[in-house]
Amino acid sequence: MKTKPPIDQDETLFRPIYETGRGFYVAFGILLLIFLWALYMYATQVWFGLGLTGMNEPVTWGFYIVNFVFFIGISHAGTLISAILRLSKAEWRRPITRMAEVITAIVLAIGGLHPILDLGRPDRMLNLLTAGRLQSPLLWDVTSITAYFTASTVYLYLPMIPDIARIRDRGGKLKWLYSFMAWGWTGTEHQKHVLNRAINILMVMVIPIAISVHTVISYIFSMTLQPGWHSTIFGPYFVVGAIFSGIAALMIVMIAFRKAYHLEEYLKEIHFRYLSTLLLIMSLIWFYFTFSEYLTGVFGAEPHEMQIIMYKFTGPFALFFWGMVFCNFVLPVIILSFKKLRTIRGILIASIAVVIGMWLERFIIVVPSLANPRLDMPTGIYIPTVLEWALFAGGISVFVMGFMLFSKFFPLISIWEIEEGRTHGRKEVEERIHSYLPGRARTSS
Amino acid sequence: MAKWAMVIDLDKCTGCGACNVACKMENNVAIVDPDEAQSGRVMFWMDMMTSIEGEFPNIHARRVPKPCFHCDDPPCTVVCPVGATYRNPEGLVAQIYHRCIGCRYCMAACPFTAKSFNWYEPKWIGESSDVGNPDVSRRMVGVVEKCSFCAHRLQKVRETADLEDRPIRDEEYVPACMESCPADAIVFGDIEDRNSRVYRQSHNYRVFRYGEDLGVEPKVYYLARRTGT
Repeated sequence: MKTKPPIDQDETLFRPIYETGRGFYVAFGILLLIFLWALYMYATQVWFGLGLTGMNEPVTWGFYIVNFVFFIGISHAGTLISAILRLSKAEWRRPITRMAEVITAIVLAIGGLHPILDLGRPDRMLNLLTAGRLQSPLLWDVTSITAYFTASTVYLYLPMIPDIARIRDRGGKLKWLYSFMAWGWTGTEHQKHVLNRAINILMVMVIPIAISVHTVISYIFSMTLQPGWHSTIFGPYFVVGAIFSGIAALMIVMIAFRKAYHLEEYLKEIHFRYLSTLLLIMSLIWFYFTFSEYLTGVFGAEPHEMQIIMYKFTGPFALFFWGMVFCNFVLPVIILSFKKLRTIRGILIASIAVVIGMWLERFIIVVPSLANPRLDMPTGIYIPTVLEWALFAGGISVFVMGFMLFSKFFPLISIWEIEEGRTHGRKEVEERIHSYLPGRARTSS
Repeated sequence: MAKWAMVIDLDKCTGCGACNVACKMENNVAIVDPDEAQSGRVMFWMDMMTSIEGEFPNIHARRVPKPCFHCDDPPCTVVCPVGATYRNPEGLVAQIYHRCIGCRYCMAACPFTAKSFNWYEPKWIGESSDVGNPDVSRRMVGVVEKCSFCAHRLQKVRETADLEDRPIRDEEYVPACMESCPADAIVFGDIEDRNSRVYRQSHNYRVFRYGEDLGVEPKVYYLARRTGT
């Protein structure tokens, strides 16, 4: 029954869809177990109440909100970076965009669900629709996250259509699914024109939406009167942190799948070198923001602000704070500044450090401000329980599982765009360079 | 329209805690078991803010009764995504337990840590389960609650006053904490009525409010010979 697929120039990219090794099943099984464990733990939380978590008064928000901000931050990798690279006509984007967009779609879904984990009454969630108040920053969040999710899934799907059509034409498994999803694509000039237009419109739209999402998440904190939160820098600070952790997550995923699916031909060192330059720049910008935020706090030395800053520097979470500085600034800057250390392995270490560091940053933003209430109230402490760790692990396992499943149905690298690069890209770039240089351009465009 | 406010005279207050107990009984506030209470899940609508400064024997202890301040410009109500906490025209900041989704954003936004959360299904141990106040609804797991200035008492008082076709008299409507205070340190009433005791007290030279610099206009005034005591 199974027809033998014709040998393609980009056969490596199709292979994962048709061949699945044992390693895949083992890894997937382990992740599934973690996920089921998390699901069970969540069921106990719904049954008994949020008392099973480590949250208390005054630390009324814990891991769920930290992870919410963290995951949404990671999700910025994708669509935003892909849109910026497409917009700036960076030729080296071609093998990267698809993976970046998949990260966004999956992680955004996970992150967007986190506030629901945090609800004391998840059964009343629909009150948000029947009694929602648009004046509340939480509603701004619901709005912007749904907008971003819609835009980014469409933005992921559209450039996939020509590739899906290819898989449909090869025949084999799930023909009905690919026929349906290919939307009658045959690759005519008209279709190509429409698709390119749609992608262009979306990529321009997606950038402001992406920026609004993380700005609005920072507003949850900065709209309150709490010291350490009530800061105008928070919007851009969160966006910078989000892009920063997003690039790091993107590189981890790229390195992992490069090894797993032997994509060395496509994801070359040059891609990592370019992306790591971006990571280095983001690290420096992140440090600049952090430095400004804390210097203004320390210099003004408003007593309550100072209490929280000292709590961060020397309190029970001091290790988290200094760990954050080390992981987000010291280590990546050292690794990425020296060519000798800037190997794929070095980049992987730096990226993992950044992801951990950005998680610590979210923690350091959420918890210490809550732990130090105003008036003469006692300082709070927050110790997450197994339940909260389980849901954190569950979130990560869903991400990895989602990515693995995606790779089994669709190519992780945009095949038609690679091909386009081969056929059109070279000519286009050459023409573009000519148009930059003095003298008359060879062709009018 | 009346604007309900409270004055707490810290120079009279002995820190006995009668208000805390009376409040808990009056409002069916759940009793949290000691281990949970130790880890910060204790529930008080009328809390007792206690701090001890200095080394023995030269210590300076402070006991300050702290209900919800019923701010006129409340930072908690503006953040609520579903309108489960709101400020009514008489200045009472109220909670709707059946609408609350338990996101605890209002708790994070309250500068005075005035709100409590039902981390578990609330319990009333032993006799306390049979002697609850029928005028106050019991809360369920996963919702936020806080001091209501004993709003259920206002309803009763208003019904009587309406029947007799007269305005509510000064100190006809008072919360349980004021009623139980042996030192007469708590005064409650309509602060817009110039003849009320609460109006006169709130214009005392010893008056101060917590969080006055935040612009939230709390309606709980404190009297103390030295501010900050």
